[in-house]
Formats: sequence, C-alpha cells, structure tokens
Amino acid sequence: MADTHALEAHEGHAHAEAHDHGHPTGWRRYVYSTNHKDIGVMYLVFSIFAGVVGALLSGAMRLELMEPGIQIFHGLAAMVYGVEGDAALDAGKHMYNVFTTAHALIMIFFAVMPATMGGFANYFAPLMIGAPDTAFPRINNIAFWLLPFAFTLLILSLFFEGPAGAHGFGGGWTAYPPLSTSGHPGPAMDFAILSLHIAGVSSILGSINLITTIFNMRAPGMTLHKMPLFAWAVLVTAFLLLLALPVLAGGITMLLTDRNFGTTFFAPEGGGDPILFQHLFWFFGHPEVYIMILPGFGMVSHIISTFSRKPIFGYLAMVYAMVAIGVVGFIVWAHHMYTVGMSLDVQRYFVAATMVIAVPTGVKIFSWIATMWGGSISFRTPMLWAIGFIFLFTVGGVTGVVLANAGADRALHDTYYVVAHFHYVLSLGAVFSIFAGWYYWYPKMFGIMYNEKLANAHFWITFVGVNLIFFPQHFLGLAGMPRRYIDYPDAYALWNMVSSIGYYVTFVGLLIFLYTLIEAARKKRPAGANPWGDGATTLEWTLPSPPPFHQFETLPRIDSKSDH
Amino acid sequence: MTGKLLSSIGSLGAAATLALVPFAANAQEQLGHSVPGEIGLQPSVTPIMDAIRAFHDGPLLWTCILITLLVLALLIVVIVRFNAKSNPVPSKTTHNTMIEIVWTVVPVLILVIIAIPSFAVLTDQLTIPDGQRKYLGSNIFSLGEVEVPAPALTVKATGQQWYWDYEYVDQGKSISSSILSDADRLAQKPNQPRLLAVDYELVVPVDTTVRVQVTADPTGVIHAFAMPSFGIKIDAVPGKLNETWFNARKTGIYYGQCSELCGKDHAFMPIAIRVVSKEEFANWMKALEAGSVDDANATLPALT
Repeated sequence: MADTHALEAHEGHAHAEAHDHGHPTGWRRYVYSTNHKDIGVMYLVFSIFAGVVGALLSGAMRLELMEPGIQIFHGLAAMVYGVEGDAALDAGKHMYNVFTTAHALIMIFFAVMPATMGGFANYFAPLMIGAPDTAFPRINNIAFWLLPFAFTLLILSLFFEGPAGAHGFGGGWTAYPPLSTSGHPGPAMDFAILSLHIAGVSSILGSINLITTIFNMRAPGMTLHKMPLFAWAVLVTAFLLLLALPVLAGGITMLLTDRNFGTTFFAPEGGGDPILFQHLFWFFGHPEVYIMILPGFGMVSHIISTFSRKPIFGYLAMVYAMVAIGVVGFIVWAHHMYTVGMSLDVQRYFVAATMVIAVPTGVKIFSWIATMWGGSISFRTPMLWAIGFIFLFTVGGVTGVVLANAGADRALHDTYYVVAHFHYVLSLGAVFSIFAGWYYWYPKMFGIMYNEKLANAHFWITFVGVNLIFFPQHFLGLAGMPRRYIDYPDAYALWNMVSSIGYYVTFVGLLIFLYTLIEAARKKRPAGANPWGDGATTLEWTLPSPPPFHQFETLPRIDSKSDH
Repeated sequence: MTGKLLSSIGSLGAAATLALVPFAANAQEQLGHSVPGEIGLQPSVTPIMDAIRAFHDGPLLWTCILITLLVLALLIVVIVRFNAKSNPVPSKTTHNTMIEIVWTVVPVLILVIIAIPSFAVLTDQLTIPDGQRKYLGSNIFSLGEVEVPAPALTVKATGQQWYWDYEYVDQGKSISSSILSDADRLAQKPNQPRLLAVDYELVVPVDTTVRVQVTADPTGVIHAFAMPSFGIKIDAVPGKLNETWFNARKTGIYYGQCSELCGKDHAFMPIAIRVVSKEEFANWMKALEAGSVDDANATLPALT
C-alpha cells in the first residue's frame, strides 16, 4: 500500500492553511455543496434514513408472515385507504405486494447504493488516492440532490392508483410486464419508473465523476497497481453502473411507452415479448448485485488489513478478482430466468458462465483469511463486522452455487431459498460491509469516537438476528414456499415464526445503532487522526479527523519503491 | 390402489392437523406437499424430482456444508492463533504463489465435478421422453438407467388471474380450477390443506408420461406452473407456449403454487394434481367426455 511518510512533514501546515476558501456556511454549505466530503456525509445520512424506511416496510411483512392467515395487512389497508370488509382484504393483499416492491427498491437504490457508491466512495476514494476533491464537484452536487427527488417520487407512487381501484405498484422490483403494464394501468407505475430514471441519472453522473477522479487525480507516484483496493472496487463498480444502468433506463422507458403511448415492445398482442423485458432487466439486474457488493469487498479488505496489522494478501489477485467478477457479472444474467422456457443450450451456457464467478469470489474469501493469517488481530468493532461479513457472504455464496445449476434451480426458483440466498449476500453481506465501513471511518469522518460497547452490541445482536431471519428461509424454500406470498400453507408456519422473531431481534440492533449515533454525538470523545494504529496505512489516516475542508493542498507523493 | 390413495389422503389430513401445532414432530408422511418443520425438498414421485433430490442433497449440499465449515474453521483458527495477545508481532507475508494457485484450481475442480451431474439433470428436465431415451432418476452419476415412455396424454395449463384452466388437448375437454375459500374447504374437503385445496383438481393417470403445455391468458400476466413433488416449474407467459413433462409413479393428490408474482391473489391460485390409476383415469375421462367434471369426479373416490 502507499507509503505515506513523505506526506507527514507537509500535513502540519497544510492543515493550518486549510481553513477555507470562503466556503458557504449553514444550509448553503450543504445545498450548494461541491465538497466531496460534505456530499459523502449527506449521502450517508440519506442512506440511513432510507434504510430505516426500508427496514420498517420489511417489519410489516415479517409481522404479516409471523403466522399463517392474513394478519395485519387488511387492517393496515383499512387504516391507510379507509376501506372495509372484503375491500380491505383485497386492498391489503395488494398492499403487501406494494410493500415487497418498495422494500426492494428502497434498499437497493436508496439505502445500499447511496451508502457505498454515494457516501463512502465520495468521501474516501479521493482521500485514498491523494486527491483534493472529485473531478466534477458540481456534477457531484446534482448527483446527490437528484436522489431525494427520486425517493419522493417513489414514496408518492405508493399513494397513486396502481391496478384499477388499488394504490401503489405491487409488481415487484423486477417490474415484469405485463403485470407492470396492463396489470397496473394507474399512474403509480409511472411514478416508480420516473423515480428509477432519476435515481439512475444520479448514479450515472456519480459514476462518471468517480471514474474521472480515479483515472486522473491520483497523487504523483500512485500508479493503478499501487491504488488502495477500495478505490479499485469503486472504479470497477462505477464502470458496472455506467454500463448497466442505461440498459435499465432503456427497458423501463419501453415500459413507459408501452403503458402510455401505445407501443407493444412487451405485449404479445402487438408482436412484442414479455420475456424481452426480463433480458433487459437482468442485463442490468445482475451487475447491480455486484454493484452493491464490490465496494464492500474493498472496504472489508482495508479493515481486515488494518486490524490484522498486516498488508493485504495477494493484492494483485484481489484487484483482478474484482475486475473478473465485474466482467463475468455481465454475461450471466439469464440465470435469473431459468424457468421462463429458454432452450436447453441457453440454460447450459448460463449454468457454466455463472459457476465461473465462484472462482474469483473464492479467491477473495481465501485472500482475506490469508491476510489475517499470521496477523496480530485486534477485534475492534469494524473487524467484527468484517469477519461477520466473510462468514455470511460465504454462506450466501455457496447457496449461489446451488442456484447457478438450472437443474436444481427448477425446484428453488421463486421460493424463499432465493430470498435467503440474496439476503445473505446483500442484507447480510453488503450491509455488514457497510456497517464495517461505517464504524471504521466514523472517527475519521466526524472526529469523534463511538461507544465501542454499544457498537459491539449492535454487531452481535444484528448477527444473531439476521441469521434467525434468513437461515430458516432456506428450509422454507427447499420445502417449496413461494416468495412474494402474503399467506402460506400451514406447513410453513414454524420457520416463518422463527424468521419473524429474528426480525424483532434485528430491529433491537437497529435501535442500538441509532442510539450509538446519539450517544457519540453527545459525548464527543475526540478520535485523533488515526485511532487504529499502524495497521491503517492508507492516506486518509494521515489527515486530521475530521479532515480539513480541503485536503492535500500539497499533493502527497507516493514512494515509487513502496510495495504492497 | 384405491386403498393406497385413501391412506395417503388420510395422512394428508393428519399432517394438516399437525400443522396447527407448531413445533410438532413431522412424524406423519404427507404425500403431496410439505410437512410442518420440513427443512429439505419435498418427497419425489417422478424420475426428474428423484434426480433433483439426489443432486441437491448430494453434491450440492455437501459442497455447501464443507466449504462453509472450511471457512468457519479457518476463521476460528485465525481468531484463536492470530489475535493480538497470542501473536503480538504480525508477519509481513503478502504472497504465496503456491497457495494462490491451489485456491484457484481446487474450486475449479469442485465446480467441474458439480457440473457433470448438473448438465445431465438439466438435460433430462428439458428433454421430452421419446420412449427410447433413458433418464437418470436418483443415480445422477449414471448415463441414464430409468426408462420413461413417450407422452400418452397432453394437458394444457393456462394461468389466469387468479386460477388455472386445464385443457385435455387431445380430448378437447377443459376444466377450470380455483382455490376453495376456507369456508368451502371446511364444508367440502376439510382434510385438504388450507390455501391448497381447489374445487376441481387436474386428474392424470399414474405411470404415464404427461406432456404439459403451459401458457397464460394472452391479455393477462405471467404466472408459473410449479409442482414440487414432480420437480417441475415453468412460467406461464402470455403469447408463449412452454412445455414440460412428468411421469408420476404414485397415486395421490399433489399440491403446488403459482410461482411468479401475478397480482393481489398470487398466493391464492394453487395447483392441485390428482394422480389416479390408469383404469380410474379411463373411466373418469369417459365420464368427462360424456358429461361434466362433476360427473367425472363422481367416478373417483370422494376427496375429503
């Protein structure tokens, strides 16, 4: 990793001079912000807010599924829409689908992506490569400020008509036509499409900014092969976004015209094909799952290295494993579509291609363990989350290998096994990496230290809770319980009950997390420039905490002889 | 045969009762659906599901368990041996070409071993029997040893919002199959499970290869036709005619559920297939061709 001794001599007076260039204060500082760190923090705050909304939606779902029979949604629908009796039951059934849809969209587009590619990438990619800011600070501003509007549109869509006489879009985040076209004639779906368009524009702009920054603004001496892994992860992810999102945009625009302008891209009666949309969607959708997890790979690498007090094992293999995952991630999309009726040869291809991804992923898992091997590990909060991440991601990874086989997927497709699988890699994998990064960089971003006991309690309770939620869902899926069901045959009662109890445990963890924030803000324990010791070698730890408004006024030089 | 059918129905009822008691041991075997507390795949009655079960419970599950345990063991070793107390001075090792080659090549080998049965199982599923071809059954590392006759019956399932239409294509006869409301179920078929019982089951003969054509209402939405015990799941797509097949070896009643989100009653359009003896089916079909579904069902033992 970058050698930073040369830098330290400069940093003392760089800080003294870094007072300001007359930057705006008050609300203007944030609304007009072109500062990558302020924008990064705004992304993180936004992500926490959206994450809580998404978690509440899933709470309603777990409450509903705790026991067989329809438990709460008819009452919820009666409360929200003022309908009674059978109408409330029908509205409730639809409302459940609206909640699953909104939960997915909010978690993906407004919680995970803003946290990783918005918050951490914005804040730390420039610091790690020794850049004073991002390449396009104003693009950075608009990229962030589009998001609250996109989110508002999505929330608005919940209150507009979807199917005749019902509210909101309940066709799943995948939005397959014809359910998303003729199945939802009302404007709710149009609001959701517009929301995704705007969120997509935001992500594309952010990606362009990050790619340009990383290619052009690395400190003197920092070649690509010396660049910290998180910056690499951000670079690969930004390319995935740049290539995948336009395909989604095309697909949902075709939905929009099918819905409103009489086109029939996906309507068989006009010569269109509903399956075409699925290909377009998953050409975006599969890279999207790597978009959510790759920045986590980068963060976990740094955290493992820092707390093991050891350089990353197999740096180059780690870099090219991420590149390989990104590239192969684009040619496996139809493994989400094994049951649509694709020919034997097509399914064989996607089985083979999908299994290939297990290899670079395995390289990463083993390299993280090898980084710890021989290390001198201190189990601080970020390290707990990182180790938790490795284990949970492994579980999600091996069930991914099961699902990759079309022959086995026949039994598991669209069951809770799939729900368990993708929550192990995302809700447990990506979110654990986000919390690891949060606790790792919290002292750097805010200059204060959180209460480690509380933060550790957050970890342990969440670890137990999420496993209780999602592990039994493997059983439900194997036993055949389909996903996106408001009610299920009584045979599935036991594991659903366990899963719901797991949710309550996790929710306690969430409350502890929120309290940790309040407690830290009130106690204001100064964190110092580097609370993690000599294992933390990347450039952000050479700066004070929080870093000055503008950093690196004298660019750091990276020793050309330094090695990983 | 009839006795067998009745006993299986009896055990179904017992299992449904058990389902009301959480944490009950799943002592009773239920033929056509999951049992309470189940942690694995449903029982199989077709060569295809035999292969899926053998493939999943064998190479796949063991790979999952062993790799997870390996990673867990390595993490525990690292935590115990290389914590700051036990190992105050960290090593500076960052490369070891040999081990990096090993952890790249070994997973490739494991995947190749998985791929061999994987491709065979997949090929079986998507190949309609012609009477000559041999199928794997539960011996997934064989070259095929189970004989399956060519299809003798073609059924077309059409997904509607929110029920299934079934057509016996060669006989030109159709039935429509909807979920029984809980009140109707308790009145008519109290021993059938909640959310799964339907008014008219799809009736097919045992030990017969059935070709299933699956589509959806051309102006409707996508559904998916799934029957876990048969190992089949295929989308019902408007404007597209999909095809799959099964050959059930045990009489009884089997339940599946719509497996593609299709709107508010997605959870309420079950798939029920009643497998009867060949003679029973012949009589049933004769009655159907002469009269109504009710007439035909009257030829079978009453489903309670």
